[in-house]
Formats: sequence, structure tokens, C-alpha cells
Amino acid sequence: MATSNDGPSLSQQRQRAAFWFLAPMLLALLCVAAWPLLRTIWFSLTDTSLNNLYGGEWIGFDNYLSIRVLESGRVIYRGTLVDAAWWNAVWNTVRFAVTSVFFETLLGLIVALVLNAEFKGRGLVRAAILIPWAIPTIVSAKMWAWMLNDQFGIINDILLGFGLIDQKIAWTASPDTAMTAVLIVDIWKTTPFMALLILAGLQMVPRDIYEAARIDGVNPVKVFFRITLPLIRPALMVAVIFRMLDALRIFDLVYVLTPNSAATKTMSVISRENMIDFDKFAYGAAQSTLLFAIIAVFVSVYIWLGRVDLSGEGQR
Amino acid sequence: MTTRKLIGSIAFYALVAVIVVFSVFPFYYAIVTSFSTGTDLFRVRYWPKSFDFGNYESVLGGRNFPRSILNSIFIATTTVVFALFLAVTASYALARVRFRARGLLLLMILAVSMFPQIAVLAGLFELVRFLGIFNSPWAMIMSYTIFTLPFTVWVLTTFMRDLPVEIEEAAIVDGASPWVIITRVFLPLLWPALVTTGLLAFIGAWNEFLFALTFTSSETTRTVPVAIGLLSGASQQEIPWGPIMAASVIVTVPLVILVLVFQRKIVAGLTAGGVKG
Repeated sequence: MATSNDGPSLSQQRQRAAFWFLAPMLLALLCVAAWPLLRTIWFSLTDTSLNNLYGGEWIGFDNYLSIRVLESGRVIYRGTLVDAAWWNAVWNTVRFAVTSVFFETLLGLIVALVLNAEFKGRGLVRAAILIPWAIPTIVSAKMWAWMLNDQFGIINDILLGFGLIDQKIAWTASPDTAMTAVLIVDIWKTTPFMALLILAGLQMVPRDIYEAARIDGVNPVKVFFRITLPLIRPALMVAVIFRMLDALRIFDLVYVLTPNSAATKTMSVISRENMIDFDKFAYGAAQSTLLFAIIAVFVSVYIWLGRVDLSGEGQR
Repeated sequence: MTTRKLIGSIAFYALVAVIVVFSVFPFYYAIVTSFSTGTDLFRVRYWPKSFDFGNYESVLGGRNFPRSILNSIFIATTTVVFALFLAVTASYALARVRFRARGLLLLMILAVSMFPQIAVLAGLFELVRFLGIFNSPWAMIMSYTIFTLPFTVWVLTTFMRDLPVEIEEAAIVDGASPWVIITRVFLPLLWPALVTTGLLAFIGAWNEFLFALTFTSSETTRTVPVAIGLLSGASQQEIPWGPIMAASVIVTVPLVILVLVFQRKIVAGLTAGGVKG
């Protein structure tokens, strides 16, 4: 690829320099990302425990699935892949990711369209929506836990005041509403991010297209679906995948807002719980490896199907 | 037609009002709560009745929370400086030098920044133990590199691509080496980008929870999110909402101010990391 107009020696010199410029970063990433990932996968194939990290022995795929046939002819399946708690966590994660990203995209699109219009106080609105984004996740979890508190929470008070509910709801504690509570907080916190990404896409749409459509008297709804949406589709696809990846690995919000609730426990939460709290280090490592694999497959399929140009190289 | 227009703009401003109220209210309510103590806390209030600084005194007067703030500042600053230091040269190479596998390398860096952090937790735990830095700030500084470094490289690369080629060509003609080009020519132009990227990475490190929770074991080494997440009262049942809200406000106000001051730059940085990618 070294086909610049400069002489070969200069380009070679630049490439050599580039190597040394990249080396420290690559080394750092190897140490903190690649190596720990490989070790995690390795641990998942052993019976290592938290207190004896080097005492583990190779047990193959038993943490994932082991099949034993007893003398009586009964077959016993063990491992993560037949663990109901794990599949519950998978289901929770997928449900959370799909629902939250759907609403964040929808609301983000609305907010972005509002911010793309010219009106007085636009700066104020943009400042306001940055606030949820700036607040640390743990802090927003606590803030909302307080607002959603069953006895003293303001949400119940408002809903009671409007007569929308007839008794106070234990939002975070009740299994029926715990997921809703997590979704509300996540949507509140991340819609701004989505809105800003979509807004950036919207601002790249040339204004004269709208002008032309207006002169031709095209219905605004039709303009949105026929002009705006197709033009911002690339930005939208990238925004959705970023959010999806973030949602699939969610940990902190669930851990703090609804501790120990089976209704919200996600893959990250259950992996860490097994790894650190329950002293099933290798078992937790197996679960986190599975999460990694799921995300990797998801990303590949998405990029392949959507032809998403993530690296931005194609535009140049 | 004019009435229709009027209704339209009323509806529009109603929507704007809903967006603003929905965004700001939880933070506002946390501030209101942080000023009430005792039984006052357990009456729902929409406006602050009085300004009682009791919660702030109990949070800041305690031994552990101020310590957590210092821990967080130290950890986040060190992580960001380290990441920026490595990222400037790396992003120059990625943005400005053509070489084979550049696209692949960029994709890999992006992949690392999208990593589920839980997938490296077991391996990092071992590494932290091995290096003997468990329960010390260095455990966090090392592990946060996994998301601050790819992020800063990624955003700085997009910023550097946009710098005009002519400047660099002029420097090359003058016989400047790549190192001189970075330090003398690009760095002065990149200051705004560095501030933005650093700020975003700082916020990421400041907010991190999973690693900080796993790699600390005593109250004095906790970072702010862990301290707030695990803040508990005298008994298990009694959650100290007043102090929690005061602590939340203390750590959030500086962030909110920073974000509002650097609004435009942050939006530019965020979208550079996302859309233009």
C-alpha cells in the first residue's frame, strides 16, 4: 500500500516511524486486553478457584457442558449451557438490550429532530439533555432508586396524584416491575447520547434537499421517510450497534438498582457473581467467555448484514 | 392556516418542555433531597423547603468519602495522561501514514473499546494479583487502559485525519522527521482535540464501576462510584438516602459544569468517536 508520490525511501522511513509510534500502544493493549482475554478463556477450561489461581487443572469443556452417564443409565448434564440461571440471564440481557435500544433510538430520533430545527432556546435544550449523559451511571441508579422508592418515592406520588395507579408500586423490588425500572433509568441516561449521534447525522444532510422538497410541496411525513431516514441510515446503523454493544454488557446499573433480582440479572452480573462472590471462578470465566462469543457473533453478523462501514475508511 | 401554525408551534414547545423537564428533573430532585434530613426526607417535596447542609457535613466529614474522591481524581487523571501519551503518536501513525493492515488495526482498536469488560475480568484479576497491586489505585489505572486507550486513539485519529495535508507536506519538505511533525507541528493544532478527548476519557474513568468494585477490598481504596454504590446505613434495612444524594450531588456537579462549559467540544468528540468513526 506504500504508493504515495514521495520517494520510496521517505515512505519507508515514515512506515518505520509509524511502527515505533504504534508499538507502545499495541503493547499496552496486548497486556490489558488480549492477554487477560486469553487467560479468561483458559480459566474457563479449568477448575481454578478464586483463592488458588494457579491450582486449577484442565477439565476441558466441563464448565460449559458435561455429560455423564451413570451406571443406572441415567444421563446427567451439567455446566453453564444447561444452567437455568444462565439462560435466564441471557434472556434478561437480550430483552433489556433490544427494548432499551429500540426506545433510545426512537426517542433519540425525536430529540435529534427537535434539536435540528431552528428555534429559540435550542442551546438550552442541548445543555439540558447533556445532563443525564454526564451523570455517572451509579449516581443515576441511586437517584432513580430514590425516586422509584416504594414508600417515599416521588414517581409513586405523581402517579397516585394523577390517579394512574391505585396503590404504591415497589418498582425495583417487585419482579414484575424491576426490568421496567432498569429500562427507564437506562433510557433516561442514554437517549441523549443517541440523540447527539443522530443529530450529527442529520446535520450532514444538505439543507437544499429540504428546500427543494418544500417547494415541491411534499408532505413533511413523506419527507422524513423518503429523504431524511434513508440519508441518516448509515449514522443510525452505527449508533444502534454502539448502543447495542453497550447494552449487552450492562453491569453497573443492574447491580446497583436491582441487586440480586432474578428478574434483571444480566450475563455480566451473573458471571461476576459466580467468579467473585460464589467462588466458582472458572465457571464465571466460562460464562463471561460465552458473553464475549455472543457479542462477537452479533457484531460480525450486524456488520456483514448491514454493510456498516465502522472504520470510516471507505468515506475517504 | 395561522391557527394551525400556532397549534403546531405550541405542540413543538410542549415537546421541548417535556424533553427538558424529563432530562433535568431527576438531578434537580436529587439536589432537593440532599438538603432534607430526618423525617423531612420522607415527605415528598417538589420544592426545597429549607437548606439543611447536614447531609453534606456527614458525607464530607466522614473519613472515607473524601478519600474516595481523592482516589478517583488520582486514578482518572493518571489513566487519562497515560492514554493520551500513548495515543498521540499512535493516532498520528494511524491517521497519516499509509501502511498495510491499517484498516484492520483500526477495526481491532474499535473492537477492544467495545469489549465486554467482564470478558477480561478473570484474566485481569490474575494479572492484578500477580503484580501485587490488588486493592491499590494502580489496579484501576492499569485496567482502565482497556477502554481509555482505544477510545483516545480512535477519536484522535479522526481529528488528525482532518488536519490539512499541506501543513505536513511543508514540514516534510523542510526535512522534519515524523517525531518533529507530531511534537512541533501537530500538537499545537491538536490542543482542543486533546482537551476534548481527555475530558471524555476522564469521565469514562471517573464513572467506571465493575473493575473498581472487583479490585478494591477496603473502604479507603474505593473510588467514588463504588463508595456511593455501597454506601450503607447503620442497619441493612435503613438506606441513608440523604447522604447518598448529597454524595451524588457533590461528585456530579463538577462533571455537569465541565460538560456544560465544554458542550460544543464534547459533542464534537462524541460524534467523532461514533458517527464519522
